[in-house]
This record gives sequence, structure tokens and C-alpha cells, in this order.
Amino acid sequence: MATDYIVGIDLGTTNSLVAYMQGDSPVVIPGEDGLNLVPSVVALDEKNKIVVGNAARRYLIETSERAVYSVKRLMGRGVEDIQDELKLFPFQLAEDLQEGEVLRIKIGERTYTPPEISALVLRQLKRNAERFFGAPVTQAVITVPAYFNDAQRQATKDAGRIAGLNVLRLVNEPTAASLAYGLDKKKNGTIVVYDLGGGTFDISILKLHDGIFEVLATNGDTHLGGDDIDNLLIAIALDDIRGELELDVRRSGEAVQRIRKAVIEAKIALSSQPTAKLDVDLPGGKKYQREITLEVFEQMIQPIIDRTVGPCKQALKDAGLRPEQIDEVVLVGGSTRIPKVRRLVLDLFKRAPHTDLNPDEVVALGAAVQANILGGGSEITKEMLLLDVTPLSLGIEVAGGVTDKIILRNSTVPASATQYYTTQVDGQINVAIHVLQGERELARDCRSLARFDLKGVPPMLAGLARIEVKFLIDANGILRVSAREQRSGKEAEIDVQPTYGLTDEQVENMLLESFDYAEEDFRQRQVIEARREADTILTALAKGKNNPAWQELTTDERRNVETLKKALVEVKDGDDYHAIRGSIDALNEATLRLAELMMNTAVSTALKGKAMDDTDIDEGPQAGHPMAKADFE
Amino acid sequence: MRAVHFCGSCGKVQPPVPVDYFTFFGFPRKLNLDTAALEKEFYALSRRLHPDVFVQANSEERAWSLEQSSMLNDAYRTLKDPVKRSEYLLRIEGVELEEQSKQATDKARATGELKKQVVPPDLLEEVFELNMHLEELRVQKKIGEDDPALLEEIGKAKLSLEEKYDALLNELKTQWHEWDKSVDGRTEYGTEEDRRKILGRMLDVLNRRNYVRNLVRDVNEALEN
Repeated sequence: MATDYIVGIDLGTTNSLVAYMQGDSPVVIPGEDGLNLVPSVVALDEKNKIVVGNAARRYLIETSERAVYSVKRLMGRGVEDIQDELKLFPFQLAEDLQEGEVLRIKIGERTYTPPEISALVLRQLKRNAERFFGAPVTQAVITVPAYFNDAQRQATKDAGRIAGLNVLRLVNEPTAASLAYGLDKKKNGTIVVYDLGGGTFDISILKLHDGIFEVLATNGDTHLGGDDIDNLLIAIALDDIRGELELDVRRSGEAVQRIRKAVIEAKIALSSQPTAKLDVDLPGGKKYQREITLEVFEQMIQPIIDRTVGPCKQALKDAGLRPEQIDEVVLVGGSTRIPKVRRLVLDLFKRAPHTDLNPDEVVALGAAVQANILGGGSEITKEMLLLDVTPLSLGIEVAGGVTDKIILRNSTVPASATQYYTTQVDGQINVAIHVLQGERELARDCRSLARFDLKGVPPMLAGLARIEVKFLIDANGILRVSAREQRSGKEAEIDVQPTYGLTDEQVENMLLESFDYAEEDFRQRQVIEARREADTILTALAKGKNNPAWQELTTDERRNVETLKKALVEVKDGDDYHAIRGSIDALNEATLRLAELMMNTAVSTALKGKAMDDTDIDEGPQAGHPMAKADFE
Repeated sequence: MRAVHFCGSCGKVQPPVPVDYFTFFGFPRKLNLDTAALEKEFYALSRRLHPDVFVQANSEERAWSLEQSSMLNDAYRTLKDPVKRSEYLLRIEGVELEEQSKQATDKARATGELKKQVVPPDLLEEVFELNMHLEELRVQKKIGEDDPALLEEIGKAKLSLEEKYDALLNELKTQWHEWDKSVDGRTEYGTEEDRRKILGRMLDVLNRRNYVRNLVRDVNEALEN
């Protein structure tokens, strides 16, 4: 192939973008609809086909139980981590979720893990790029929030693999932004990148020196962003509606999504005008209307944006800098369009932020720059090198449930640490290590990354073995571990159990040109299930014909049943799902009276619940929206 | 002498050799270190060793680059900080620092067992008084009382400790000169015994400094809680 395209991807909470380096400047690749932003929304359409992006957005309102958004918030997390998310987002977890299993989210009647859903978004971006280049795209740089932990990074990398992309590097979003910012500047100095996106907040402080972009410190909050503002406004609206209109629409997915759309529009409007109107049509013909002034809006969001102050101060402290020593502040993320946020940044760093760059696109553009660097560079990028840091300290659990930190936060990556372990009892051949990430003293307050079992330690007296374990954080911010027993020189085998993550095998199983096959699989499964159902009804009917109730039917009715039965038998072994389904439904309908008669006379229960579509008896239609779980004070 | 990171003829990255951090950068094992030169060398080596440069290389070179650049980063992080640099020198010279982690302090406090750490004699009186004040403060906080005079006393003590902390860094630097002279072998400090004595004094300064740091931490904790 003449050119191996390496693209840069911003996999965002709200929107995702793909970009590449065209000559000396990075450009965003638009989708088929001509738009640069691909909303990170995945839905199933009426035909159970997966739709992504703008096309999927309408399902959020029309059939909200068949669409999912903001799934980035769930990446690399366990069910106990996301209780707050569940209160505020319409995520429907699979009912059969086992403890310790990777989350699975329901979209319609199917379930997907967060990396699979992200992979669907990535696949869309990949297709957009392939369409643009007219050539396959298999390599990418993907951005992640700087404050993402190991599990969240791993989940993002898995998503790339599932989508059929070789992820050459995960780049931290604010760092990527600095690359786009610094590309044409070629100047030295200290810059701050303040990145408030849809779901995450990052602050990074960098030193720019002759093309070296050295991150001095980073901090953030992986659960803070524009979503929180939206949810606050939604909660207020729902409260209003309950109070004023005496209408409880919290269970209505459609109503909540309409309100969500309206508050987002109002939020955006308030960045450029003094008031905004909410005007939402509610089920039952009622209307919710309210005017929000900028003043009230700013009061409401104050507590949310104030949460960015602590991380900023900590990052300055970690970098050993005072605000006056900062040369430039770069804003990233859609939420930095809010004037109140800009004033806060001005107060914090004593200088007006740099606003030339489009905050929605700058991360993707920077990812494209990094992709270009990794591909060997061009004239403009050949002197550029990114030196990033690990955002969180890495530790090991030691006696008493205490965290022993071995790689401190803000260490330049790759970074490593070596620890020595020994055995506690004679002949012990396994040693367990619990790896943690976080700043807290106690292991239980830190994030559990993985448990490593060192296996195959040669049996010897307690305390004699000397196992050298090397922890290495690679340039993606992902942990690698290797171990060796020093007395025997034997490599110890490491059995990794990621606390929240997919195993390699699981990822492999998800690959397979991702979901193109899955579509096929699904259709086949539908056919198999329909056949099974057909067999059930045919068996039940055979029994029913021995029942006295059969004779109570009219001749016409009996003839009709026989005809439909024959039709079902004919189609049931074919591959046409719709034909089988149609015949089952027709036969069901025709045997309704038979079933009734049988039950009425109580002669037999043989057909009870069988001749009818029994799923309809036990379960009512699914309530579309778990929004009801929210607590509104 | 600098460790060999690249092949002499083809310039390709080489597998890392186990060397100390000074040697990694090609610096003598001295403590007065030109940090500007260190940074320059760090950037220059980063440009050649960083994994970003090896994305298209074979897996062996990628693995070497990963190891080499992690060592480069670890070395730079250690050497650029004056205290970490001193502690590192002690370690590679075979001198162990006392366990100073919060965990060890708390454990010693909880079990009542005597910690290896001995209060530096010149601080004995001050520490005794401070601990009494802190105890008083904890009692007062429990019953919800507030004694401005006591807070002022503690504040004064804290300030004095912070001054000591800074002064100890200067004391450490005095020892650096002694050590560096011995490395140069220019003076009477050249013998192994003399070198051990300098290291011993440096260890003493670092232990005292860590002790003071822990005291300041205790004071801050008592004031915050």
C-alpha cells in the first residue's frame, strides 16, 4: 500500500471526531452527512440494525430504551462504581449481570459492554475516514482524559481493537490539545490546558521547549462535565413539572429526553444571550415552559464548576508553579464556552484564556498531530516529542491494608519501579500481589487495578525466595508487570486478574470484523429461537386436539387451524425469520379460542400459556427509563 | 562514563545495561549537579529513546526503547531533585535510610514499640514541648474548646520547624561539597574511611530532615482535624 493512514481520534463523552494531518495542518474528517462531530450515541433502529452518531440521536427521544449515550462514563468501571451514574443516566444494565463481571448495557433486547459500544462509535469514525481516503484505515491514536486510570485506558484500547484498529498510542486529551496549540507556535513557555468536556475534567500544565512538550503535572475528575450541568437542569425541570403541572414524567424516557434536549439548547444559548426559554411538549398534551436568566443559570452551575478549582490548585502545586509563572491558558471542551467558566479560569490563572482554537475539535486535531509524529513525522512535526505523565500514583497493598506507593503521580512515562517479595511459609509456590492506583493511604480507598498471582515459585524455606517484580507504566499510561525469582533465575508466571476489564480472550471474541458478523449472528439466533417456539406451539396443538375442547370448535375453525398449522410446518425449517414469525402469530391467533375453551372447561391445563405468546402474559412492556431512580430534593 | 544506549556503528537503540543513574547520564557520582545540563541531556536522550520514535520498529527495539526510556525517566526524576539525589547516592553506596513512612510512624505509635528513629538530641526539648501542646490541642478539640494562646504556640513551633527543615537542606549541601571533593580525590577526604564518614553525616542530616518533615505533617494534621 502506498500510504498507511494513521488517524487521530477523539473518543468523547458527547461527541467523537476523527482527524488526520493534511500536509502541515491537521484537519477533521467529516462524516457522510458533512458534519465533523459524530455524536457518541448508539441505537438500534426498527430493523434491529445498529446506527451511530447523528442518525442515532432521534432514537434517544423516539425509543429511548433502544439508544445509549455518554457510555464513556462507564468505561473501565464496575457496577458499584456507577451508582451515581445510574441515578442520572438512562443506562439499563443487563439483568443477569454477575458480580465482578464487566458491565453490560441493554440496548433494546441486546446487551453490550461499554468497550463494545465505544467500538461501534470508533467503527463509524473508521468508516468515515475510509470513505474519505478511499482506502482502509487500521491504525489510530486515540485520546483519553488525562485523569483516566489504568482500567479506563485499557477499556479504551480494547474498544479500538474490537473496532479493528491497531491503537498505536493513547494520548491524554489536554496533552493532545497542547500539540495542536503548539504546532505553529514554535515557542517556549509554560502553558495550562483546562479541559472541561461533556463528562470529564482535566487540567494539565506543560513546559514547551524546542518542540518537546513536557507535562509537568496533571489532575482532574473523570466524572465532571457538561453532562452534570444538563442533569442538574433536568432535575430542576422534572421537579417543576411535578410541582406545577402535577405530572410525574420521570418514568417517561421520551419526556426526559425531550427535556434533556431543551435544557442543552438553553445552556448553549446562555453562552451568548442573557436569557433562554425552555419549551417542552409533554405526554398528554401539556407543555412545560420556563425562562432561565443568565444570572440564575450561573448561580445554579456554580457548585459544579467550582469543582474544577481544587484539581487546578493541586496541579499548580505539583508542578511547583505559581499562577504568575503560567504563560498561556488553553481552553478545551465544549463546556469552556460558558462565560462563567472562562471567568473562573481568568481568576485562577490571572490571565485571559487563549480562545482561538475550536474547543470541540482541538483534541482530535492534536491526536492527528501525534499520529503524524508516530508515523515518522513530517517537516513541521519532526522536532516534536510528547513527554507525558501518569496521573495517579501506583501502589501495592501491604500488611494492614495500607497502600505502599511505588510510582508517584506526575512521573514521566514510561516509568518503572522494582519491588522484592518473598514467601511466608515453607514450600509456598504462589505469591499474590494486589496493585492499586490512587493517592489515598488505605488500600480500600484506592482503585483496585488487578491482582497478580506469581506462580511457579520454586519451593523453598519461608523467606528464602527473592522474587523481583518489575512494574512498568508504558507510554499509554498502562501498567505492565514482569517477575523473576532471583535465586533460581526462574521467570515467575503472572496470572493477572483485572479488577474491571475484559480478558484478551473476551476481546478476541468480540472482534471478528466487529459487528458485521454480529448482525448475521443475531439473525440466525432469531431464526433458531423462532423455530423452537414453533415446535412448542405445534406440540401443544397436537395435545390440544386430543382434548374435548377441540370438538367444540366449528368445522371452519378447525379447518383454519389445520391450514395454518400446515403453513407453519412448511416454513419453520427455512431461514426466513419473518415467515416463521408470521406463521406462529397466525396459528396463535387461530388457536386462541381453543385455549380459552380448554381453560374455561378446566378439563385440562395442557395448553395453558402455551398456545399463546407467553412472553406477553408474564411481562408487561418494559418501562423505558430508569430515570425514576433519581432523587430530587 | 556514559552507559552505551546506542550501537556504535548503526546508532540503533541497545538493550539497557544495569547501571546507576549517574552513569546512565554519563555524569560522575557527584552531588553538585548542573541541573541545566541534566535537563538538556534528558531532552536529547528522550528524542532518541522514547517509544514514540520506535512505533514502526521491530518488537525487540520497541521493548528496548520502553525499558531504556523508563530508566531514563526514573533517572532524571531522581537526579533532578536534590534530596532524592542524595538519598539515591546513599543507597547505591550501600547506606540505608531509616523507615520514615507515615505507616511506620503510626505503627510505632500504635504498638508503643520503640521505632528505630531516635529524636535528634538538638530537637529533644522542642519535640517534647510540641507533643504536649499537640496532645492538649487534641483534648481541647474533643471537648470543643478553643485556646488561641495554644494555637499561637503551635504555630510558632511549626514555623521554627519549617525553618529548621530549610536549614537542613543547606547543611546537606555542605556535605555535598565534602563528598564531591572526595570523589575528585583532590584532598585528604580521599580514603574509604573518610568517604564513609561523609556518607554517615549525610545520612544523619537526611534522617533529621525527615524527622522534622514528619513533625510538620503531624502538626498540620492536628490543626486540620
